[in-house]
Amino acid sequence: MTTHAIDPAADSAESGALPELSNEEILRYSRHLIIPDVGLSGQRRLKAARVLLVGAGGLGSPLGLYLAAAGVGRLGIVDFDVVDATNLQRQVLHGTRDVGRPKLASARDRLADVNPFVEIETYETRLTSDNALAIVREYDLVVDGTDNFPTRYLVNDACVLLGKPNVYGSIFRFEGQASVFATAEGPCYRCLFREPPPPGLVPSCAEGGVLGVLPGLIGVIQATEAIKLLLGAGETLAGRLLLVDALRMRFRTVRVRRDPECPACGTRELRDLIDYEEFCGVRRTAAEELAAGAIPELTPSELAARVARGDELDLIDVREPHEWEIARIAGARLEPLGAFAGALRSLDSTRDIVVYCKGGTRSAAAVRQLQAAGFRRVWNLAGGITRWSKDVDPSVPKY
Amino acid sequence: MPITLNLPTVLARLADGRGELEATGSTLGDVVRDVSERYPTLAPRLRGEDGTPYPFVTFYLNDEDVRFHGGFEAAVSDGDEITIVPAIAGG
Repeated sequence: MTTHAIDPAADSAESGALPELSNEEILRYSRHLIIPDVGLSGQRRLKAARVLLVGAGGLGSPLGLYLAAAGVGRLGIVDFDVVDATNLQRQVLHGTRDVGRPKLASARDRLADVNPFVEIETYETRLTSDNALAIVREYDLVVDGTDNFPTRYLVNDACVLLGKPNVYGSIFRFEGQASVFATAEGPCYRCLFREPPPPGLVPSCAEGGVLGVLPGLIGVIQATEAIKLLLGAGETLAGRLLLVDALRMRFRTVRVRRDPECPACGTRELRDLIDYEEFCGVRRTAAEELAAGAIPELTPSELAARVARGDELDLIDVREPHEWEIARIAGARLEPLGAFAGALRSLDSTRDIVVYCKGGTRSAAAVRQLQAAGFRRVWNLAGGITRWSKDVDPSVPKY
Repeated sequence: MPITLNLPTVLARLADGRGELEATGSTLGDVVRDVSERYPTLAPRLRGEDGTPYPFVTFYLNDEDVRFHGGFEAAVSDGDEITIVPAIAGG
């Protein structure tokens, strides 16, 4: 069995110089101290440890709470978001009274209450190729609680370049994945997925939804792995990927090998951070945009004005039936994107067609399908039904 | 005993909601072709238009990454279990 222990005291003048625990701390951590695998020295290792948490959202909530409670000495948190009412179904770090506050302010208050002995360092910024190495360098390990592909590849590459373990977790609807990447011998995220899916193929939790308890389940697994790495105890998920299916309540681990051709940890040809938005296809170059043809857009206010003056147009909703149940725009017709190809022939290319979804991404894909089929008078509703609710008709619920 | 294919729920909805499919074939590529023919809407989520695997969908044959065992050319036999793991990014 291989453990992947890291030495939180390695940077100290003397490697054995772990911090002492006060009597208050000894009392607080007593249930740890009496486990032989943790004990006084393990708890002192936790106190010496510096952990960077990227994201204070769904995964970041249980991670922050449990790592603080466990007595990790220094917890850095990177986030730039504000608490929103739709976060509260799963982001248990934040409460109703925090809606509208920066997540970092809310996290700092809550974690200081959970454990005042933990030093909290906050970075109110998006993690970027420009700041990632400087921030990650200050920590012993990184816990990835981000919600998008560009940041996941960025976190991975920064960890590989600096030799810091990356405790990975990812969720969607009822399913989750967890692993430990970038240990000395282990594989990295790029060994698992060489390249990200094209934008729009894999919906985000904001588009596709996520069961509220799922980030709890996966975040607690990540916290467990982080603590084991710091203690040097047990067998971590390095070299294995844990798959969690909460709907069928099945757990499975599959083997992840270091890919000899991996540009990060295999060939090591990746010597610096890159442009991750470009890598993930999120940002097109001006030339590509021109080649692809811009998607014609109509703002909700423009659509409302056209409807008010009695323009003839067909309004098509490409969301799922369960979303249609929650909210819809009057006069629209439901044609879910998944079966849109079959719906094309029922549409009239001589009429003006406006397509919408929740936020404008799926409807943009539908507009492209229509354009490819020869439709010329097609518009995407900018910002989708969410912006329609905000700008035109607040009686339509946001979700 | 046929080959079992485990689908995550996000893909299962493209296979009549079935998270476990039974398939036949002598290579992983055969198995993918078999289920692609039976579930045409699932097909583009498993492999590219040219029939090759995607870099963001990993196939495991009895819990081993098939890329290290020949990819879609990997030999499969009755009783084998294939697990499909697509990249997800939520957090």
